[in-house]
Amino acid sequence: MLPACADPSTLEGLSWYLCYLTTGKHLSFYTSFGTVLLLLAVTAPAALALGFGGAMLARSRVPPLAWIGKGYVAIVRGVPDIAFFLFFVVALDQGFEYLRHRIMCADWDQPVRQGNDFVVCDIAKLPLNSSPQWMHEIYGFALAVLTFAIVFGAFAANVLYGAMRAVPRAQMETAEAYGMTHRQTFWRVLVPQMWVYALPGLSNLWMVLIKASPLLFLLGVEDIVYWARDLGGSKTPQFTDYPHGDWRMWYFLFLLVFYLAFTRVSEVVLDRLMRRLTHGQAIAGGEAQRKTAMVGPA
Amino acid sequence: MSCLDTLQSYALRSLGLGERALPTTDFTFCQQATLIGSGLAWNIYFGALALLTGFFLAVAVALAKGSDHAWLRKPADWFTFVFRGSPLFIQFFFGYFLFLSLKQSVPVFSPLTSAALGALIVLFLNTSAYSAEIFHGALQAIPKGDLEAADAYGLAGWTKFRRVTFPTMLRLAWPAYTNEAIFLFHATTLVFFTGFPAIQQKGDALYYAKYFAEKTFNPFVPYPILAGYFILLTLAIIGLFQLGSRRLNRHMPAQGRRWRAKFQVIR
Repeated sequence: MLPACADPSTLEGLSWYLCYLTTGKHLSFYTSFGTVLLLLAVTAPAALALGFGGAMLARSRVPPLAWIGKGYVAIVRGVPDIAFFLFFVVALDQGFEYLRHRIMCADWDQPVRQGNDFVVCDIAKLPLNSSPQWMHEIYGFALAVLTFAIVFGAFAANVLYGAMRAVPRAQMETAEAYGMTHRQTFWRVLVPQMWVYALPGLSNLWMVLIKASPLLFLLGVEDIVYWARDLGGSKTPQFTDYPHGDWRMWYFLFLLVFYLAFTRVSEVVLDRLMRRLTHGQAIAGGEAQRKTAMVGPA
Repeated sequence: MSCLDTLQSYALRSLGLGERALPTTDFTFCQQATLIGSGLAWNIYFGALALLTGFFLAVAVALAKGSDHAWLRKPADWFTFVFRGSPLFIQFFFGYFLFLSLKQSVPVFSPLTSAALGALIVLFLNTSAYSAEIFHGALQAIPKGDLEAADAYGLAGWTKFRRVTFPTMLRLAWPAYTNEAIFLFHATTLVFFTGFPAIQQKGDALYYAKYFAEKTFNPFVPYPILAGYFILLTLAIIGLFQLGSRRLNRHMPAQGRRWRAKFQVIR
């Protein structure tokens, strides 16, 4: 808080806005943008790893494993992702607590579900009742990340599975002809070549992930949507030093602009990356680059 | 209460018919399945109307995007950029609060703050933008030979568009458009989480599923029911679009006519 903001009732015009926008709550609002970016930074690699695993499963030569992999990909396509978000946050939480309950309180003889309650012994609770507030927040955030990773892992699996199939068959046959085992073919020939086929799908997925990030709000994390609703609502002089009408429209307009800028920057960066990756590749994009280079800029 | 009674009192609950009070204790599977299914009516209402109306705006915007005139092209580009570059969730919020302040200054706009109209407008604009991008891509992909053949036959202007450009565009765009339709129906579940009120607890399928999950503290029953309904809905959409595809491709050689739902991530 700036020292000039000590008595907000005397402020006017620009200085009122300056003080208003630097209140403690607004600072929390600005840090929540960091929460969203952190979620994206953690979720993207986690989803990619899960997706890679899912795609490997779907390619498996053992039928039950292949079914699991294909089922994982298919189910997320048929059901709205938001339903998964709402489901997994509670289901994962109850699952963890149930596991801990079974291990830590083995002599507990009552059922876990009693009517409309989910009861586990005290030491199995996650986080423990005695834990500080930040532990609760971290746990909530971790659950959200895991949920996002599971849902987007299925999308990523779909993309990577397609990319693995797009690698020319002749490449694999050549590897086999050289006597490579199945595993060697996979890691030395297929995986290094698949990324250029996967990148368009993955960049699309990144955009979808950015646009899904405000759903954090539904998972109980205090994110930008939470603060925009909280700060934008009309305030009376009784409760705040900075009374104002219903400004939620403007707060959400700001979020809209933030997301537009974010997706735009991502698009430009991913375009550059794609151009670099296609350079010298034996696909249409690489061929087009070669021709432009030969003729020179038109 | 037998399951038949439950069906009678709650099957049309989402439209405001039947029993007023939602169940509060002793939730049965039948109650959950009936109410969540009744909520599906809203999802179908939003999805079907937004898709139908959005189709026309999407074709117009796609044509504007390919126009030679900057005054047509620029607004179309901005329209698709704004609606494709920002989350639908935020668009709903912004739309609702925009309609709310419109209503406060001009009372004529008060129907806009209801989900039935306000959310439908947001969805209509959103799906138009996504579909416009798909159609624009398809317009660019029309084989040059087809258009030259049309010229050679003396077709021009509206006739050329109606008989060559438009059907070919639709045929090329169809797989991606199917995907968009599926995503649109999924996106309708967001409506009642974004400020648009579920008046008298008349909500969509997810609204009721969340209601049960919160009351019973057991997500393992309502959400799988919801998932089942949505898988059926998705299959129905695919079936309908397959019929459309068969009609669009009826002049193609048999090999090109084979149609598989191709799932891509596009939204």
